[in-house]
Amino acid sequence: MIDVQRLRRSFGPVVAVDDIVFKVQKGDVLGFLGPNGAGKSTAMKMLACFLKPDSGTATICGHDIITDPIGVRQSIGYLAENAPSYNEMTVGGFLNFVCDARMIKGQARKKALDRVVPLCSIESVYHQTIETLSKGYRRRVGLAQALIHDPQVLILDEPTDGLDPNQKFEVRKLINGMAKDKCIIVSTHILEEVEQICTRTIIIARGKILVDSTPQALIEKHKCSLDEVFRKITSTKKTA
Amino acid sequence: MNGFLSVFKRELKGYFATPVAYVFLVIFLFFAGYLPFKDGFFEIRQAELRLFFQSLPLLFIFMVPAAAMRLWAEERKNGSIELLLTLPITINQAVLGKFFAAWGFLGIALLLTFPLPATVYYLGHPDTGLIITGYIGSFLLAGTFLAIGSFFSAVTKNQVVSFILSGAACGILVYAGMPTTVNYLSTMLPANVVALIEMMSIQSHFDSILRGVIEVKDIAYFIILIVAWIGACTVVLEERKAA
Repeated sequence: MIDVQRLRRSFGPVVAVDDIVFKVQKGDVLGFLGPNGAGKSTAMKMLACFLKPDSGTATICGHDIITDPIGVRQSIGYLAENAPSYNEMTVGGFLNFVCDARMIKGQARKKALDRVVPLCSIESVYHQTIETLSKGYRRRVGLAQALIHDPQVLILDEPTDGLDPNQKFEVRKLINGMAKDKCIIVSTHILEEVEQICTRTIIIARGKILVDSTPQALIEKHKCSLDEVFRKITSTKKTA
Repeated sequence: MNGFLSVFKRELKGYFATPVAYVFLVIFLFFAGYLPFKDGFFEIRQAELRLFFQSLPLLFIFMVPAAAMRLWAEERKNGSIELLLTLPITINQAVLGKFFAAWGFLGIALLLTFPLPATVYYLGHPDTGLIITGYIGSFLLAGTFLAIGSFFSAVTKNQVVSFILSGAACGILVYAGMPTTVNYLSTMLPANVVALIEMMSIQSHFDSILRGVIEVKDIAYFIILIVAWIGACTVVLEERKAA
């Protein structure tokens, strides 16, 4: 479903993403791991068609990110870092706006809202303005917005960042529940999360993919915890 | 509902969801009402709105950038531009949606000046045609300033900077055609350059509309400015959205 071909993006002299290549299939939950500044968010923004790559391309569900960005955006649900939204809107108003933009009308809209609002546990705040919500709730609203059109592909940038342990558990449970029918890319710093929800792992540093494997395979191969595997891979490559 | 309409609806509602709209409308309507009377509405002893329309360019220089500055600067600063532009909406739909919503809001502000024409109708027999063309010209003027404001809002994340730069740009366009400026420039520049500058200023086209003559060249002037500044806004946004 996702086929990335040599994506490259620089910001001035800094090469943020350096010719990355990978594929993701339905049923995969791909964990994007890497130190800060590795290029994870940049790669995700390119896949979500927010940034244009300098070279290379990718196809998502058959749509090319360069020639058919609207098709790509229709097929994916994207949760950006820090879950941005419009502070002065209510949760309900915001979700209705997203439905407007995604052309979900009438009965279909009612069904979508009835499905997504309990799924993300935001019934209690449905009529509150977003600026009054806590970080955890804002992230849930962001998740709801990404799920509302039931996309086949989900791209989530640090979805559990800043959530309390209960909320983290809920979001991971949510992702696990959806994993079978969808193709999900999650970027995270939380290694126990990778073990819990990801079927595959890519470790990326300085814009390059260092490892493309599964969490289990990595632990077996290096015979230590994922934490140490991460440290080993990202620090040896730096000095190499 | 397609991309343009969804952004338009959201933005227009957004104006009224915060104090922005109400503060703006009260201040705008107060000055729009006050200035014509200060400039001698009773003294001229004519039932017309000429003084009202003539005070609008100056009022717009201050007020329209205030309505425009939040259009893009806030989205970029807040990060919500990343949400907006990863929805299945093209950037053109987003820019036009916001622009027309803001223009619609300014249109509402102009409509709310209805007590002034009502007063003039009560006091005498004004020329209806002049009043209509006056409002059309003012609406176009507001649109032009708004397009300039949109551009500067996209250029910076700081709303204050956007306000000052848009105000300055609008001011230059208006004052370029004023008699004092023209006189000053003609001491330095050749006559045909001065004539060119005067022709490009807002004043000459706006005055011509106020006289009741709606010529293609005047409408075209405003439309070209709007299209150019909105186009520039889109280009800048495309470059800088992730910055």
